[in-house]
Amino acid sequence: MTDAELSEAEKTFILHSVQDNFREDGRGNEDFRHMEVETGLISNTNGSARVRLANTDVLVGVKVQLTAVDPEKPEVGRLDFFIDCSANATPAFEGRGGEDLGSEISAMLTRAYSCPSAVDFHSLCVLPGQQCWLLYVDVLLLECGGNLFDAVSIAVKAALFNLKIPNVTMTKDEGGVELDLSDDPFDFKRLNVAGAPVVVTVNKIGHKHVVDASEKEEECTLARIILGVTEKGTITSMRKEGSGSLDSDSISEMMESARKVGMELNKILLKALEEEEKQGAKTVGFLR
Amino acid sequence: MAGMELLSDQGFRMDGRKPNELRRIRFKKGVFRQADGSAYLEQGNTKVLAAVYGPHEIRGSRGKALHDKLLINCQYSMATFSTQDRKRRPRGDRKAQEMTSHLKQTFDAVVLTELYPKVQLDIFVEVLQSDGGNYCASVNAATLALMDAGIPMKDYVIACSGSHMRDTPIVDMNHLEESSGGAEVIMAILPRCDQIVFLEMNSRLHEDHLSGVMDHVMVGCKDIFNILNQQVQDELCQKTELDKIVTTG
Repeated sequence: MTDAELSEAEKTFILHSVQDNFREDGRGNEDFRHMEVETGLISNTNGSARVRLANTDVLVGVKVQLTAVDPEKPEVGRLDFFIDCSANATPAFEGRGGEDLGSEISAMLTRAYSCPSAVDFHSLCVLPGQQCWLLYVDVLLLECGGNLFDAVSIAVKAALFNLKIPNVTMTKDEGGVELDLSDDPFDFKRLNVAGAPVVVTVNKIGHKHVVDASEKEEECTLARIILGVTEKGTITSMRKEGSGSLDSDSISEMMESARKVGMELNKILLKALEEEEKQGAKTVGFLR
Repeated sequence: MAGMELLSDQGFRMDGRKPNELRRIRFKKGVFRQADGSAYLEQGNTKVLAAVYGPHEIRGSRGKALHDKLLINCQYSMATFSTQDRKRRPRGDRKAQEMTSHLKQTFDAVVLTELYPKVQLDIFVEVLQSDGGNYCASVNAATLALMDAGIPMKDYVIACSGSHMRDTPIVDMNHLEESSGGAEVIMAILPRCDQIVFLEMNSRLHEDHLSGVMDHVMVGCKDIFNILNQQVQDELCQKTELDKIVTTG
């Protein structure tokens, strides 16, 4: 992402550390870096979350809007992902510089969430055949310190957990149904995100693979696979990326790793989010 | 309708402030590691992030370089979820472009540009939540970010907005007051030398009231300056204390 250029010697050092399952920052190959998650920081949104994974910083805001249903799927609501790569992250994103990366990430998220069990899409339908909720999931990338895809997906899941959808009352009068949005900020329903996937990126370095690669490690990676994994271990999407090639044996090994890590990650995330909600502490946001 | 008036008979504004009262200001310098300087600033419900990169070599076409001074490059963008109604694009619309050029103009006036000929400085501002006074919060956050990056400046630049309602000047307007259709005066000043570096007025204001409003906005700017300066100095003192402990063991 940024201009972390490594010399051959540095690359060899990282390569050897991965082979020994003892990475340059002391982690094992299947360990994540320290992560902070906070929800509900932006009061203009229906749900928001910020994730800081080492130096990677992501802010997600979800806004809901009533809209006409998709005629091909008249009984489900819709999700719309948009990723804005802020120039705050790196000057290379200035102007339209971040658009390619943004659409790549949004395509990945759309694919991961296209699985019908990801969220309860039926609960997002207000009036079957007519009106449904459209969730605008807007991701703002504030700093890139490696492993963007995973950080974004974790933030998205946290923001969807935090989402408060206003209740709708329907009154039938002549000629149609009238929809009335509740003005009461405490009159809302939540979305069940237990089935929502997180994205796990597995990077192949040498003969081994690592999860949550730092920027330097990403520099040494020729090929990686990006997987959407749910709490139950279902893989909802998969993509190979990078200039290198992989044989099918290593892909299945990497998938196994991703499934294991992803299941654990989902469990920990949900637990942390529930804990935060129970505590009801004031948001600190960027002031910490 | 009581409670819906912008300024009540008792002299309170809709959010309960007095006419010359500011919203709560909180900020933090150095929120990012990778940027050369960064700051996060909240003015009430308006939340802004600023990052500074540079001075570095000119990116893109070299033709942009100025042979005798620093080129300041700004970008103002608003998160798509920052406003009440979702925005389609974070940047590139006319308002954002105008804001970008305003910021550039403001910081051209205050950074000691002649010290860095032929290079470039990037100032990127991101509005995370918008509740009025976006320009003001952006300027104040960018000042702090420049300070964090250690860029030499003549002084702080502090911006504040103001208006005139029911024969009373008000300062630091929120979104509701901004969108009520009344006049709006936006000023950026160098608080320690009483210089105005940016001045803008929207809508209509009687000439007789202008100087009154400007005076109040000036006072508002100086109040903001005091708040920022106090915390900046406190942090510096703490840091020197720490350094002392480190050096003396």
